[in-house]
Amino acid sequence: MSETTVSRPADGLRAGDVPVERRPSGAAKRVGGVAGWVDDRTGSAKGVNYLLRKVFPDHWSFMLGEVAMYSMIICLLTGAFLTFWFVPSMGQIEYQGSYIPMQGVIMSEAYASTLNISFDIKGGLLIRQIHHWAALMFIVSVSVHMMRVFFTGAFRKPRELNWVIGTVLALLAIVEGFAGYSLPDDLLSGTGLRAMQGFILTVPVIGSYIAYALFGADFPGELIIPRLYSAHVLLIPAILIALFTAHIILVAVQKHTQFPGPGRTNDNVVGYRVMPVYAAKAGGFFFIVFGLTALISAFVQINAVWVHGPYDPSAVTAGAQPDWYMWFSDGALRLLPGWIEFTLFGFTFSPNIALGSIVLLPLVYTVLGAYPFVERWITGDTREHHLLDRPRNAPVRTALGVAAISIYTVLALACVNDIIAIKMGLAINDLTIFFRIALFVLPVIMFWVTKRICLSLQRQDRDKVLHGRETGTIVRTPEGKFYERHEDLDEHTRWELVDFESHAPVQISPTVDANGVARKGAGKDRLRAALSHFYFKDRVEPVTPAELAAAHHDGHGHEEIEAGSSEHARIESGQH
Amino acid sequence: MNALAARRRHPAAIALLLMLALVVTGGLYAAFAPKPAAAAAVTADQVEQGKALFQSNCASCHGLNAEGNETEVGDLKAFGPSLVGSGAAAVHFQMETGRMPLASAGVQAPRVNKVKFEETEIEAIAAYVASLGPGPARPDEEWLDWEGQGDAGRGGTIYRSNCAMCHSSAAVGGALTRGKYAPTLAGVEEVHIYEAMLTGPQNMPVFNDMNLTPEDKRDVIAYVKQMQETGNPGGLGLGGYGPASEGMFAWIFGLGIMIGAAVWLGQKGA
Repeated sequence: MSETTVSRPADGLRAGDVPVERRPSGAAKRVGGVAGWVDDRTGSAKGVNYLLRKVFPDHWSFMLGEVAMYSMIICLLTGAFLTFWFVPSMGQIEYQGSYIPMQGVIMSEAYASTLNISFDIKGGLLIRQIHHWAALMFIVSVSVHMMRVFFTGAFRKPRELNWVIGTVLALLAIVEGFAGYSLPDDLLSGTGLRAMQGFILTVPVIGSYIAYALFGADFPGELIIPRLYSAHVLLIPAILIALFTAHIILVAVQKHTQFPGPGRTNDNVVGYRVMPVYAAKAGGFFFIVFGLTALISAFVQINAVWVHGPYDPSAVTAGAQPDWYMWFSDGALRLLPGWIEFTLFGFTFSPNIALGSIVLLPLVYTVLGAYPFVERWITGDTREHHLLDRPRNAPVRTALGVAAISIYTVLALACVNDIIAIKMGLAINDLTIFFRIALFVLPVIMFWVTKRICLSLQRQDRDKVLHGRETGTIVRTPEGKFYERHEDLDEHTRWELVDFESHAPVQISPTVDANGVARKGAGKDRLRAALSHFYFKDRVEPVTPAELAAAHHDGHGHEEIEAGSSEHARIESGQH
Repeated sequence: MNALAARRRHPAAIALLLMLALVVTGGLYAAFAPKPAAAAAVTADQVEQGKALFQSNCASCHGLNAEGNETEVGDLKAFGPSLVGSGAAAVHFQMETGRMPLASAGVQAPRVNKVKFEETEIEAIAAYVASLGPGPARPDEEWLDWEGQGDAGRGGTIYRSNCAMCHSSAAVGGALTRGKYAPTLAGVEEVHIYEAMLTGPQNMPVFNDMNLTPEDKRDVIAYVKQMQETGNPGGLGLGGYGPASEGMFAWIFGLGIMIGAAVWLGQKGA
C-alpha cells in the first residue's frame, strides 16, 4: 500500500455513501482496552501511533543494517548465557574436564571455564559458536551496511551526524570483538593481547605507563582478563546500545532514504507502513538471521580454543591471526619494514609498529567519519538529500570508495600471508613484496577502472533513454534499407535512469578582489576548486526532456544502423 | 697413609692424578652419556644389499659412499648431504614417508604417499647407512606406545612450546620463509613423528634425547594423536586455520546467505 492515494473519477459516484460502521471484534476490543489503560497512564498512544504509521521504503540493501542489528541482539542473548558459566579469572587451576588432551594441564580459570562451556555444559558449544559467528557477522554486516550508505550517498545532509555515530559504532564493534576474543585466555588470543600490549608500548613517551596501567603489572599480569570482561559485558555493550538507539531514532526522525523512482521525491517516502507489513517483514527477518546464524553455528566450528591450549607467554603458534576485523592492522604490521625503528635521546621509537596500529586504527575511522563533511565542502551542497544516488551517478565518490576498500583488502590479506603461502605454494617473502607494491598501485588502478566503469554505465543509461533498448531485431524495409528496431523504455524504467543530478565543477574565483588586493581565503578556494575539478570534471548529464523529445522526433523509436548524424553524436557523448 | 703422604710431592704424582681424573671423567661419561640405541640385529647380508640399493638409487646425489655431493650446473645447485652419522632413523623417516628419493628439485622434499621401496629394501638401506657411522637408530616399540603410556596433557605443553610455532597448535602445518613450510601432522604415523623429532629432517631442528627424552616424545605423540582423534566437535573444521578461514567463511558464505535472504524478503511485497 503506497502512502500516496490518488483520487479517481469513480470516487464521485460514492459521494453520498454512508460508510458501514465496522464494529470492532472482541479481540480488538480487548487489545484496545489494554492499550487504552496503558495510554491513560503513560500517554504513549501518540508515540506508538507515530511509530506504527511510519513508512519505510523497501530495498534489499536497506536490510544490511538490519542484519547488523539482529546479529548484535543475538550476541547479547547468547552472551548472557555464556556469562552464567564463564569465570573471568587468571587464577591457575588443574583441568579435570572431559577434553582428554588437556587433562592435568595447569591453566587459568578463564580458559578452563571456556573448555567446560565447550565440552561439559549442555548446548554450551553451540551457544559459544552462535555467539562468535554472530559477532563476526555483526561486524561483516556493519561494514557492508557502511558501504551501502557510502556508495548511495545516504550520508549527505541531514544524515552526516548519523554517519559519524555509525562510524563510532563500527569502531566500538571491533573493540568489543577484540575484547571478547581475548577472554578465553587461550594461546591464540593471548598472542593477540601481547600484540595489543606491543601497540600500546609504541605510544611515544607514555606508552609503557599506559601498558602498566592497563595490565596492572608486566605482561600478562593477572588483571587484564577481569578488566576485559568488564569492558566486554558491561562498558562497551552499554555504549554500543546507547549509540545504536540514537542511530535508530535518527533514522526514524530523519526518515529513511529511498532510491529514485516514479513518485519518489525528496519530500516523500514511498514504502510500507510499519504496521502491519514492515513490522512483519522486519520481525520475520530477525528470525531468518537468527536461524541462519544458528544453522552455520551448528555445522561449522569456530574458534576451537581447546586446540590452541592455555596461554603461555613463551609459546606461540604458526598461523596466528586475529579475527578478520583486526586483519588490516595486523597486515600493516607484516608489511611495514623493520628498519624504520630508531633510538633518540635514549628512547626507542617504533614507527614500524606504531604506524600499523596506534596510527592506522584511529586514522581509518577518522577518515571515514570526516568524509561527509569533506564531500559537502567540495560540492558546496547544503541542501537536504533524501533520494539516494545510484553509485554510477557519483563516479568519483564510488571510485574513491572502491580504492579505499582495495587498500583495506590488501592490508587484510597481508595478515593471512602465511596461510596464502602454504595453500597456494607461494613464498611468504614474495607475497610480502607483492602486497607492498599492491598497497600503492592497486588503489590507483581500482580508482581509474571504477570511475571509467561508472561513466560508461552512465553513458549506457543515456543511450538507453534516448534510443531505447536494442532488441537485436534487424528489419529490412521494402527499399532494401536495414535498421535495428529499438524498443522505447517504459516511463517507470526511464525515470529511474534520468532522476539524478550532475554537479558542475566549482569555478576558481579570482584571487584578488575588485581593488586588486589579495582576497582572504583565496588559497582555500583554490584547493576547493581543484578538488571539485577532480570530482566533477568528467561527468555525464542526465537526459533532459528536450533531448528526449529531440531523439524521439529524430529516430521515431528506431535507430538506423548507419545513422550517426552529428546531432546524435553530440547527445550521446554527453556534455563535458 | 703416611707412605702416600710422604710421596705426595713425587714428580710422578701429578701425572698419576691427571691419569686418574681422565679415567674418572671418561668412565662417568661412558656411564651416563646418551648411547645410540643398539641397532636391531643387522646382518652383513643386509648391509651388502643396502649398499647395492644405495648405489643404484641414492648415490647420484649423496655420493657413491654416502659422503655427500655437490654439483653445480650454471645457476642450479644440487646438494646431497653426507649421510655418515645420519643413522637408520633418518633413512627410515625419509624413505617411508616418500620424501626420498627426491622426485624433483624444490624448496623442500614433500611427503609423498606412494612409497617407492619395499619395507625390506628400506631396512637394508637403513642398515647400510647405520653401518657408516653411529647415528640415531629407530625407536623401540615402548616409546611409540602412546595409547598405553603417553600423557597427552604433558605432551601438549611440550608441543606448544616446541612444535606449535611451525606446525601450528592444530598441527595442520604452517609457512616458513621462502616457500618452505612445516607440513601437517594429520595422518603421520607415530614412528615417523618420533623419527622426525629425533633426526630433524630438512628445516626441522633436532630434538635429541637430551632435549626431549623418549618419554617426552611419546607424550608429544600422544597429544597430537589424541587431538586428532577428538576431531572437530564443533562441526566443519575449515582446515584448522582458525580466524583465517573463519573470516573468509563469514564474508563469503555468511554474508552470501544473509544477502540472499534479504533479496528474497525484499521481493515479497504486501
